[in-house]
Amino acid sequence: MHPAFSVIFLTTLIGAGQGLFLALFTTQAYGLFDLLPKQDGAGFYAPGSAIALLFLAGGLVASFFHLGRPERAWRSATQWRTSWLSREVIVLPAFMGTVLLYGAAQLFDWRPVLATLPGGTAIDATFVLGLLGTLLAFLLFLCTGMIYACLRFLREWHTPLTVINYLLLGTASGFSLAAAFAAWRAPELARFFAGWALIILLLGLVGRASALIRNRRLKPKSTPQSAIGVKHPRIVQVAQGFMGGSFNTREFFHGRSAGTLRWIKWLFLLGAFGLPALLLTAGISGAAKNLLAAAFVVQYLGLIAERWFFFAEANHPQNLYYRSVA
Amino acid sequence: MTPTPVEEIKKTTCYMCACRCGIRVHLRDGEVRYIDGNPDHPLNKGVICAKGSSGIMKQYSPARLTRPLRRKPGSERGAGEFEPISWEEAFSTLAERLGKIRATDPKKFALFTGRDQMQALTGLFARQFGTPNYAAHGGFCSVNMAAGMIYTIGGSFWEFGGPDLDRAKLFVMIGTAEDHHSNPLKIALSKFKRDGGRFVSINPVRTGYSAIADEWVPIRPGTDGALLLAFIHEIIAKGLYDRDFLVRHSNAGQLVNVAEASDEFGMFVRAEVPQEEACYDPQDKLWWDRNTNRPVVTHTAGADPYLRGEFRMGDGTVVKPSFQLLQERVKDYTPEWAEGITGIPADTIRRLAHEMGVTARDQKIELPISWTDTWGVEHDTVTGNPVAFHAMRGLAAHSNGFQTIRALGILMSLLGTIDRPGGFRHKVPFPRPIPPCARTPNHPKAVQPNRPLDGMALGWPSDPDDLFVDEDGSPVRLDKGFSWEYPLSVHGLMHNAITNAWRGDPYKIDTLMIFMANMAWNSTMNAVEVRKMLNDKDETGEYKIPFIVVADAFQSEMTAFADLILPDTTYLERHDVMSILDRPISEFDGPVDSVRVPVVPPTGECKPFQEVLIELGTRLKLPVFVNKDGGRKYRDYPDFIINYETEPGSGIGFLAGWRGKGGEKFMRGEPNPNQWEMYAKNDCVFHYELPKSYQYMRNWNKGYLEWSQRNRITRYAEPILIHLYSEVLQKFRSAAQGKGLTRKPPEHLKKRIETWFDPLPFYADTLEGQATDKQKYPLAAITQRPMAMYHSWDSQNAWLRQIHAHNLLHVNTQTARHLGIADGDWIWVESPWGKVRCMAQHSDAVEPGTVWTWNAIGKAAGAWGLSPDANESQRGFLLNHLISEELPGGAGHVSNSDPITGQAAWYDVRVRIYKAEAGEPEQTSPQFEPMKRYPGQSESRSVWNFFAGKVSK
Amino acid sequence: MTQLALVIDLNVCVGCQACVTNCKEWNTSGSAGPMVDQNPYGKDPTGTFFNRVQTYEVGEFPNTETIHFPKSCLHCEDPPCVPVCPTGASYKRKEDGIVLVDYDKCIGCKYCSWACPYGVREFDEQQKIMKKCTLCVDRIYDPKMTEEERRPACVRACPTSARLYGDIHDPESEVSQAIREAGGYQLMPE
Ligand SMILES: Nc1nc2c(c(=O)[nH]1)N[C@H]1C(S)=C(S)[C@@H](COP(=O)(O)OP(=O)(O)OC[C@H]3O[C@@H](n4cnc5c(=O)[nH]c(N)nc54)[C@H](O)[C@@H]3O)O[C@H]1N2
Ligand SMILES: Nc1nc2c(c(=O)[nH]1)N[C@H]1C(S)=C(S)[C@@H](COP(=O)(O)OP(=O)(O)OC[C@H]3O[C@@H](n4cnc5c(=O)[nH]c(N)nc54)[C@H](O)[C@@H]3O)O[C@H]1N2
Ligand code: SF4
Ligand code: SF4
Ligand code: SF4
Ligand code: SF4
Ligand code: SF4
Ligand SMILES: [Mo]
Repeated sequence: MHPAFSVIFLTTLIGAGQGLFLALFTTQAYGLFDLLPKQDGAGFYAPGSAIALLFLAGGLVASFFHLGRPERAWRSATQWRTSWLSREVIVLPAFMGTVLLYGAAQLFDWRPVLATLPGGTAIDATFVLGLLGTLLAFLLFLCTGMIYACLRFLREWHTPLTVINYLLLGTASGFSLAAAFAAWRAPELARFFAGWALIILLLGLVGRASALIRNRRLKPKSTPQSAIGVKHPRIVQVAQGFMGGSFNTREFFHGRSAGTLRWIKWLFLLGAFGLPALLLTAGISGAAKNLLAAAFVVQYLGLIAERWFFFAEANHPQNLYYRSVA
Repeated sequence: MTPTPVEEIKKTTCYMCACRCGIRVHLRDGEVRYIDGNPDHPLNKGVICAKGSSGIMKQYSPARLTRPLRRKPGSERGAGEFEPISWEEAFSTLAERLGKIRATDPKKFALFTGRDQMQALTGLFARQFGTPNYAAHGGFCSVNMAAGMIYTIGGSFWEFGGPDLDRAKLFVMIGTAEDHHSNPLKIALSKFKRDGGRFVSINPVRTGYSAIADEWVPIRPGTDGALLLAFIHEIIAKGLYDRDFLVRHSNAGQLVNVAEASDEFGMFVRAEVPQEEACYDPQDKLWWDRNTNRPVVTHTAGADPYLRGEFRMGDGTVVKPSFQLLQERVKDYTPEWAEGITGIPADTIRRLAHEMGVTARDQKIELPISWTDTWGVEHDTVTGNPVAFHAMRGLAAHSNGFQTIRALGILMSLLGTIDRPGGFRHKVPFPRPIPPCARTPNHPKAVQPNRPLDGMALGWPSDPDDLFVDEDGSPVRLDKGFSWEYPLSVHGLMHNAITNAWRGDPYKIDTLMIFMANMAWNSTMNAVEVRKMLNDKDETGEYKIPFIVVADAFQSEMTAFADLILPDTTYLERHDVMSILDRPISEFDGPVDSVRVPVVPPTGECKPFQEVLIELGTRLKLPVFVNKDGGRKYRDYPDFIINYETEPGSGIGFLAGWRGKGGEKFMRGEPNPNQWEMYAKNDCVFHYELPKSYQYMRNWNKGYLEWSQRNRITRYAEPILIHLYSEVLQKFRSAAQGKGLTRKPPEHLKKRIETWFDPLPFYADTLEGQATDKQKYPLAAITQRPMAMYHSWDSQNAWLRQIHAHNLLHVNTQTARHLGIADGDWIWVESPWGKVRCMAQHSDAVEPGTVWTWNAIGKAAGAWGLSPDANESQRGFLLNHLISEELPGGAGHVSNSDPITGQAAWYDVRVRIYKAEAGEPEQTSPQFEPMKRYPGQSESRSVWNFFAGKVSK
Repeated sequence: MTQLALVIDLNVCVGCQACVTNCKEWNTSGSAGPMVDQNPYGKDPTGTFFNRVQTYEVGEFPNTETIHFPKSCLHCEDPPCVPVCPTGASYKRKEDGIVLVDYDKCIGCKYCSWACPYGVREFDEQQKIMKKCTLCVDRIYDPKMTEEERRPACVRACPTSARLYGDIHDPESEVSQAIREAGGYQLMPE
């Protein structure tokens, strides 16, 4: 597929936003059970949520660039019964709204107690909003992943690994971001975030590597033989019906050499996993704060490369019909 | 509220190619909304092709010329500097210049027209002007096909006849990629296949039609003669020929004088039957009768001739039936021999020959149609041997093509398939006598100041005395047509016109007028040099070709070399006639002619070239265009078409339909003032269905021949016997051998005439093949027509050019690998005459010794309204740069043409290919200085959202 | 239920491209139009077409087959392109099975084209919406047209009648018969 930057930014930005929110809420949940020091709502959760929102909004804006007719974007919420894209379109704003409310509640310290746990722990509104946000974040990962995973013919994507990786990579980047944020706002949490960031990152690596290995082993189901319905070992396209290019040659081809693809694969393995892991480790062991910020930046850039590769690697069966210029 | 757009449908005839299908043009608010095939049209029955469907884009092309243009005074020819002038200025310039030429030496005006469909009018104009220098595309197209077949069976493929696929069981297509009968052939092929017919294609390349063939027989280019002779060998050896058919309908049994010493050697022996001076083939030849064992006049009732043997006449002359000579000729042409030449396994050749013979013999068709032959014998049925052939330029465009095509005609005759169901069928105006009656003058005195040419500019020589040469045997025509170099050049040799004019050989001319021919590009060989010749000046600084007029509709490569450009209309903007006097669109069952009527107004100042000729003819006071008092006779072209008669009161004009005062007569009748309207009302086509009994066996069908004579299609109702043995050719050969009383060829051409004018077909390598070192140039290079493009016309068409934006050289995969050439590599293709750089594409659908490309996709930069970086010029290429219009040999130069007909030998060239160097630009070579946009050409858009009814708003 | 569709007989298709340009011509000024052409007279001309004819070589010389392969929307029975569309712009008509795009709803996200395995949807780079073969709905139901005309443009144009059109659910239709007789097959059944 042709990697479109709008979609690359959309998925990586909201992934980080979702992850950051999950990280924030994790600390709140830990805090609830006194496993971590409680943090100030206005000083920590509110700005954290704001940052998450910023990423989410960035993703949303990017997504508009993907649309031919952004002015009609509202229509895309109508087909939630069948379309994962439509579902994403609903869940993303819902999630953003929740994050906004969560951040606002934290900022204004709006904490009416809604329930009390048997142990006496009070569940206040921010917690409920956080829980809801968490649910929506997971749902959003599911939607985003399923947009790709549901496409039967794009076999590189048609696997649960796609959803898992969206979840893991987004969350990992969000935790790195949280670590960097904490280093600045709540240094005592930085190691916690960085630790989890590292763990999720490693899980993500397992997931992504599995996908790479799986995809390398994929034998195309569709062949030139099945594409034109002729059984013979040697089938060569000699003309595709036009010579100056068409939507079909632009949208479904990355237009790069196999060498570039290989190169980008190593780049993202290094950028999204190797380097951030080193930087996070260094960050945990207490070296300069900036390392954590660097970890996130590198990881984010790495994820852009990862996402580019994700698209480029997917070989659309329609390409069987577009192999020769003449 | 927007008013509802006005939609209407107008019927006319397509001219996106020469097939001439009936179309319906749907207009919305006067703009072309849709063009579809006319379901009521006999030719295309509602279907349409890719080009026809893209007619809209022709209408709006930025390549269109819209104003008369004059080369800017002081600017160099070829530099593309033009200024607009008025039509009045254009006409007065022309009338003055041409008037002077006509008053002094009319042959200094040459009119050459390309793929035009109005040769009846352009030919009439030239003849009236008095110049012998007129020809249309036939010589560089397929004259071998026309001449080879017409000199053999009195009719031909091309527009003159074709395969009866409705009834054939076996169809053998040779060297055809697209043909003129474009849609009808496709309709017929698919029907044929669905009805279970077997389709064999003989072609070095498997594309298009060959793709759906049941069997593809790849052959080396230029070797079909060997294959066909081997087929004949097998058919004769196995006795699979239709003896009865040959006896009555061919000259198989006619006795040929074989006494070598005799002056009459090679001629038929004749009975003393008094003959009038006429151009038909008189029935004064003899058979050797089996029953009486004596010579008798052919077709004597009760006689049955020997086809084989040797006999001695009463006066001691030794004679043989011509069939015997044919058998002797093909004796050594065995399948094994042909295998070595054609690359086709001998077993395949044998198998195919048997299949043809057995199918013809065992699957006979009897139609319950009674008819009477020219000898008065009545028949209750028409018989058919259902083996059909079709062939086109794969056979024609070789310098050995004439003899190859004669071999094909003979093979078809041996199988008994001439004008019979399931075989070959004629189309009116054919069959014609062998050769047809039209003759050129045979003397330079036919060209006189202020007088029409005394004879036709093009004709059908029957013996050396018909040649258009002077006392020394030198040519009278600029292209040397009808001279000893190409005696049967029945369509002229346009491809030599520019070179000859430039060299002043045989003489210099003044004005060259080109209509609808792209002679600085795809209809010229050696394009690089010819483009220089067009600009070349003599010592005095005068252009060697002093004045060039180009009448075209588009900014073609040729227009750049014009001194005067006359902008033509498109086919949707003009009246036009596909006349019975020319090459009509007849069907097997009878004559069909058709017209175009304008469906949209002319663009800019475009004027139909038809009108230009009428106007010029009137101003020059050419006799047919003016009244006795010298005043204008025809208001305009439509008026001319209605009122012109071949002779006063003949009742015969350009159109055969709706003649007579009220449109009640057909074929002949007085002019009908409402003829155009009647055509327009009737789908723009007139189809006359002959009675069933006139539809077959027309060479010998009394009823048909008399009908044809009555309607002045032929002059005589005499039988047209098939020339297995060609006495016409023998006459030229005899002259070369110094025999007989006719003119004799000049010394340097004697050998050539003697070799090539063989009365029986033979195989020889092509002229270029003989002259080329095949070790050095191991590959044959040919072109094919793409179905979605017409010659060079369609690169200006926004839709069609997306399908063919550039062309590649298709090379057999193994051949390419062997040379280290990968798929998509940039390569050089080099012939002895030039080289081009282009891209290679691997293909397994081409014979290993052949490379090919789509014809005329490559364009000069900036031509055709395209940007200079367009794919056509940067990645496309023209094979013509590799082909020479002349070959070394003879006295100085000899044209790269068939020595019999002057047919341009496009497909003879030999090449070698090799990879381009790593650092070379990824661009085709040669490149030319980009052409400039002319005044009146519209700006080309960068985005086109065509929606009819909204363009003009 | 009716399922209208095109069936192509590769045995007689000569690759003439008539169906390609006639489709363009009908549709560019029709309900699906205009169909943009970019750089129509410049470098790399490109445009929106609903139907393309491609050429394949099968086998090795001399046993080579050349196959011309026309490709337009198959109006799939269960079209993967429809459910993915977030706006409902892509839909399959209940009454006749035709798969269409509602231009007024389409947001140009291209998602449907990703879901189609055959690569027959084409994005209009000018109008920024997805386009595709309409099976000539604006012909086949036009009461102003004759029966003969009420067929898709490409079908009428095709000189070899390689393109057949009809209801594949009606066992008596021309297309169903053709499928049975010629051993019809689907593309990429997987
Ligand atoms: N290498 C190679 N060369 C070949 C051939 C080949 O097979 N291989 N084929 C040969 C053959 S068979 C032929 S017939 C020739 C054809 O050769 P030409 O007849 O020279 O070529 P065309 O491309 O038909 O172009 C004729 C001109 O007609 C113009 N034209 C188009 N429509 C109109 C119109 O309505 N009015 C006017 N006035 N002009 C119009 C075009 O703009 C163009 O300039 O090419 C020959 N050249
Ligand atoms: N679409 C379209 N239609 C056209 C034209 C066009 O430009 N475009 N041009 C029109 C004109 S002017 C003409 S003359 C006709 C020509 O119609 P065709 O004669 O059908 O056209 P060509 O492309 O010359 O095809 C020649 C075929 O012969 C094959 N061939 C070449 N050399 C040999 C050989 O030695 N032996 C054999 N057996 N085969 C050989 C080539 O591979 C090719 O397939 O088409 C007319 N129709
Ligand atoms: S075959 Fe020629 S005349 Fe017929 S529709 Fe096509 S372009 Fe027009
Ligand atoms: S667009 Fe593709 S998936 Fe959708 S109906 Fe057409 S062929 Fe089927
Ligand atoms: S491009 Fe249009 S039709 Fe396709 S999925 Fe998006 S909204 Fe639906
Ligand atoms: S059915 Fe109509 S829209 Fe579809 S490919 Fe044919 S002509 Fe084009
Ligand atoms: S119009 Fe018919 S023969 Fe021509 S390419 Fe299309 S399907 Fe094939
Ligand atoms: Mo031609």
